[in-house]
Amino acid sequence: MFSFIARIGDSFLYMIRDQGRMGIFLLSALRGIFARPFRFREVVRQIRIIGADSVWVIFFTALFTGMVLGLQGYYTLRKFGSEGLLGSAVALSLIRELGPVLTALMVIGRAGSAMCAEIGIMRNSEQLDALECMAVDPFRYLITPKFLATIISIPILTQFFNIIGIVGGYIAGVILLGVNPGAFHSGIEQSVVNLDINLGIVKSFVFALLVVWICTGKGYFVNILRNAGFGAEGVSRATTNAVVVSSISVLIWDYLITAIML
Amino acid sequence: MGLFDYGNNVMSKAVIEFHNVVKSFGDQRVLDGVNVSFEIGKTTVIAGGSGQGKSVTLKLILGLLQPDSGQIIIAGQDITKLKRRHLNDVRKNFGVLFQGAALLDSMSVYENLALPLKERTAYKSADIDQRVHEMLAQFNLGGHGDKFPAQLSGGMKKRVGLARALMLQPEIMLFDEPTTGLDPHITLEIYRLFYKTQKQYGYTSIIVSHDIPKVFNLADRVILLTNGKMATFSSPEEIPESDDPDVISFAVETMGHIYSSRDMEQKI
Ligand SMILES: Nc1ncnc2c1ncn2[C@@H]1O[C@H](COP(=O)(O)OP(=O)(O)OP(=O)(O)O)[C@@H](O)[C@H]1O
Ligand SMILES: [Mg+2]
Repeated sequence: MFSFIARIGDSFLYMIRDQGRMGIFLLSALRGIFARPFRFREVVRQIRIIGADSVWVIFFTALFTGMVLGLQGYYTLRKFGSEGLLGSAVALSLIRELGPVLTALMVIGRAGSAMCAEIGIMRNSEQLDALECMAVDPFRYLITPKFLATIISIPILTQFFNIIGIVGGYIAGVILLGVNPGAFHSGIEQSVVNLDINLGIVKSFVFALLVVWICTGKGYFVNILRNAGFGAEGVSRATTNAVVVSSISVLIWDYLITAIML
Repeated sequence: MGLFDYGNNVMSKAVIEFHNVVKSFGDQRVLDGVNVSFEIGKTTVIAGGSGQGKSVTLKLILGLLQPDSGQIIIAGQDITKLKRRHLNDVRKNFGVLFQGAALLDSMSVYENLALPLKERTAYKSADIDQRVHEMLAQFNLGGHGDKFPAQLSGGMKKRVGLARALMLQPEIMLFDEPTTGLDPHITLEIYRLFYKTQKQYGYTSIIVSHDIPKVFNLADRVILLTNGKMATFSSPEEIPESDDPDVISFAVETMGHIYSSRDMEQKI
C-alpha cells in the first residue's frame, strides 16, 4: 500500500520536474528570438523544410477534406431542403476547426517527428555538447530558428488549407452535385464573420507553438525526461512520444480555445 | 589578454583546480572527493580503467555536468556557481576533442571547421575560407572538405575533431581518448600532430588516455583515477612507489611488462 502511494508520489515529482524542464526550455527558445545577429538564412531554410515542403501534403489533405465535407454536407442538408447552406457549412467547418487542426497534425507528422529525431540524435552523439563547448548556444543556433519557422509556417499553411478546402467543397457540391454556385458563394459571405477568422488564426498560432515546443523539447531531452531511453531506441521512443503528445495537445487546446472564444 | 593572465601576485600556476569534488549517478559514486590541479602550459594525462569517470571529469571541467558537491575553480572562478553566460565566457578558452569526435553530422567537414569561426569571430568569409583550407592541409585532410562525417574513417574523424578544436587557438585543450581504437600508425600520426600543434600554439592540455606508458612521452604529469580518487604522478617510475593498492593493481595491469613483476608483487 505504501509503495503504491510512494509510486504515485514519485511519478508526480517526475512529472513536475519534467514540466519545469520543458518550461525553461520554452523560455530559452523564445529568448533566442531576441538574440543578435538574427539567423535569417537558417530561419528561411527551416521555413522551406517545415513549411514549403509541406505544401503538397496540405494541398491534397485540404482538397479531399473539402470534397468530403461538400459531399456529406450536401446529403445532410438536402434532407432539410437547404442545399443552399452548403457553402456556409463547408467554410465554417474549415475555417474554425478542420483547417487549423488538420494542418497542425500534418505538420507534426511530416516535420515535427523529423525535428525531434534530428535533435535527439544530436544529443545522443554529443553534438549538442560540442556546440556548447564551442560556446555556441544550441538554442540560438538550432532551436530558435525552428521555433520561428514553425510559427511562421503553420498559420500560412492553415490559410492555404482553408482556401483549397473551400475549393474542394465547391468542386464536390457545385460542380459534381449541382448546387447553385451563387448560393454557395453568398452562403460563405453571409455566414463567415470576423470572429470565425480570428478564431482560426489564434488556433493556428497556438498550435504552431505547441507543435514546435513539444517536438524539439522531446528531442533535446531525449535521454533525460521520464519514459525516455538511450541510443537509437531512445530517439525512436522520443519521436513517437513527441508525435502522440503534440497531437493530443493540439486537440485539447482546440477545444479550450473554442470554448474560451465562442 | 587571455583569461589566464593572473598578474604577478598570484603564486599558484594552476589553471584548473578540483576541491573535494563529488559526483554520483544514482547510487554509483563516480568521483569521491577529488582534489587535483592542472597547471598552466603543462600536459596532464588522466589515466584509469574504463568506466572510472575520466569522461565525466572532462564534462565537469566543461560545465556540461554539475558536481554534487565541491568546487571546480577555473582561472580563479568557481564554475559550478557561474551563470550560463559567464560559463560561456570561460568555455571560449577551451578546445575539446570528444571521445566520439562529436562532429555535426549534417554538415560537411569544411562547414564543421568553419563553424567556430563563423559563430565566434567577425572574420570575413574569404578569411574563413583561407583558414579552413590551411587547417585541412595541415591535418592531411586536403580534398576531403566536401565529405560528411559519416563518410570518414575513425582516424579522419579524430583529425577533423582536433582541427575544429584548434580553430580558435584555445588556451586549454581537452582530449578524450584521442587515439583509442586507432591503429598504431594513425596513433603515431595523431601524437605527432598533437606534439606539433602544442609547440605551435602553446596550449595547456589535458588528455584522457589508456595508452600507458606511451603517453608519458607527451605528458608532464599523469593523474591516475581509481575508485573515485585521483593521484598525481610526475614520472612513470613514481607509480609503483605508491602505497594505494588500487594504483598498484592498475599499474600491474597496464605496465606490468615494464616493471619487474617481483617488485610489484612485494607491494601487493
Ligand atoms: N549521464 C550518465 N548517467 C548515468 N551514469 C553515467 C552517466 N555518464 C557516465 N556515467 C557513469 O559514470 C561512470 C564513468 O563514466 P565515464 O564515461 O567517465 O567513464 P570513462 O572513465 O570515460 O570510461 P572509458 O574509458 O570507457 O571512456 C560509468 O560507470 C558510467 O556508467
Ligand atoms: Mg570516456
